[in-house]
Amino acid sequence: MKKSALDHLLDWSGRILLAAILGFVLLPFVVVAIASFNDGAILSFPPKSWSFRWYANAFEYRDFGSGLVNSLRIAAIGASIALIAGAGFAYVFNRYDFMFKRLLNTVLMSPLIIPNFTIGLGLLILSAAVQLPRSIWLVIAVHVVIVLPFVVRSVYVSLKNFERRYEQAAESLGGTPLHVLLTITLPLLLPGLISGALFAAILSFNEFTASLYVVNQRTQTLPVAMYNYVREYADPTLAALSVIYVAAVAAMLLLVHKFFRLEKVLNVD
Amino acid sequence: MLTEISAIAPQDTRDDVAVQIDGVSKSFSGTVALEPIRLKVRRGEFLTLLGPSGCGKTTLLNLIAGFLEADEGELFIDRDLVTQVPPHQRKIGIVFQNYALFPHMSVAQNVAYGLRTRRVPKAETAERVREVLALVKLEDFADRRPRQLSGGQQQRVALARALVVRPRVLLLDEPFSALDRNLRSAMQVELREIQSRLGLTTVFVTHDQSEALSMSDRIAVMSRGRIRQIGTPSQIYDRPENHFVSTFVGDANLFAATLLEKTDATASLDIGKTRLSLTTFQEELPEPGPVTLFVRPEQCSLTGLDQPGAIAATVALSVYQGSYAELHLDCSVAENGRVMLRVPASEAMEPGTNVGIALPERGPAIYTTTERET
Repeated sequence: MKKSALDHLLDWSGRILLAAILGFVLLPFVVVAIASFNDGAILSFPPKSWSFRWYANAFEYRDFGSGLVNSLRIAAIGASIALIAGAGFAYVFNRYDFMFKRLLNTVLMSPLIIPNFTIGLGLLILSAAVQLPRSIWLVIAVHVVIVLPFVVRSVYVSLKNFERRYEQAAESLGGTPLHVLLTITLPLLLPGLISGALFAAILSFNEFTASLYVVNQRTQTLPVAMYNYVREYADPTLAALSVIYVAAVAAMLLLVHKFFRLEKVLNVD
Repeated sequence: MLTEISAIAPQDTRDDVAVQIDGVSKSFSGTVALEPIRLKVRRGEFLTLLGPSGCGKTTLLNLIAGFLEADEGELFIDRDLVTQVPPHQRKIGIVFQNYALFPHMSVAQNVAYGLRTRRVPKAETAERVREVLALVKLEDFADRRPRQLSGGQQQRVALARALVVRPRVLLLDEPFSALDRNLRSAMQVELREIQSRLGLTTVFVTHDQSEALSMSDRIAVMSRGRIRQIGTPSQIYDRPENHFVSTFVGDANLFAATLLEKTDATASLDIGKTRLSLTTFQEELPEPGPVTLFVRPEQCSLTGLDQPGAIAATVALSVYQGSYAELHLDCSVAENGRVMLRVPASEAMEPGTNVGIALPERGPAIYTTTERET
């Protein structure tokens, strides 16, 4: 088929539009990435001379190192707890009918409506009232509350799309309910579980507002450490750190992609 | 010789029953899916549950499999009471419409699943998997994944997976509906061969009446949660017991008539202005009054309009079918205004031609008109 001039026009204008959208989405990151190589001590754009020294500074600054370790620990533990609890909730919601089911669902989804700072503030007041130490577990608790709805949603959707016939076939072949759960249901739900945990981990890693209320000097997360830094210094270290940050999350996604195809995990296959 | 002896030898009649359904019923949140059902499936029999969607046939199958719990009644498999027994202890095999092959396992692993759950030793498992894959002609596909197989091959894997555990009953839930027509008839023959070779009691669910007629030892025709008739395919086709069965299985011509008189199976009735006397196969005829006269297309023939007993009609459409032609006739006394009959292709007629329909003196049936339903 021969393309008309109009087809060509639409074809090219489509490409330009697409490039414009991508550019718009990526613009902030591109600006930050360029600014991170600025040699000057003031965060300005465009840079006049170039240097890697803010990257070095980002690695050397103590609070960033401990903040990163804290953030990774919180994300890993919080996402694991949220995955187990969320998957359990989703399973019960999908398979059983019980009293107050809708109410429980609403409560479970409420962190989507309640702002993060309210959750952080609430748990801060509560922990003070019962004289709970402001340990890393308090931060983890806040993060679990925030990410749980996402895990529940993700697992619930994969359970909804799950073909019950697989389980029935396995049962008819003599599989006990537990055996069927372990050999059929869980392996087939794995992409949904991974995606739930992945979103939970990334959300937790990026979480700032609620964390601000419940961390102290010892337990502060990387975003909080960055916030504290920018209050004192205005150099391009944070820009350098942002690039490292993006690289870390991308690496995480690549890792998942290596073991489970990302298209499948994100359900866009 | 052997069969003759066993045919006359006295038998424990209960032993002949593989599945017994005793007044089992099921409702879903107040809507009745299945009225209390009584049904016995004989050992080695291929029994079909036939009916339109929503008639309760799949509900009944799920009850036999144990995926649903009966509201009331009892269910026996091989004389064991299984009403409360969970599916994994019922020792049945099932093949679903979409086969439900485990996508994360190879063909061999799929087939071996039921042996692993029964803790069959490894060597025996391998041997039995090989045997059953040979039975369904898939020896060379053991290491493939289900998605690498065609629809027909997937179905054979599903069958092999169900057969390898030597089930007491094989349940088939519309297993052919996802196959194209040529493959479907080939698979039907193959399945029926394997089933009768193994002497496997089989309950088959379908909405396809021609499939039911060609494959079954017996058919239970269902509608609205009830069994409307149960019998051999020829009993169902030649002697439908009610209006529903007559129209659901095979093609039917139905005439609005008035029953004037009846003696045993012989009736005198008016169809429009034509008075006829007919002998039906029925043991009991409805009370005199408005009735429906049922005649198969092959029992009708064309005749001159001036012949006695001829019913006036006009050719509306002639559909060429190769060896024959279907004549669709407009007929004012037919219940839906149409009558269909088949003629040799060479005798097809132009639309608009006025013809007479001759009804047979023996063979048709008369139903009460009020009983119409779908």
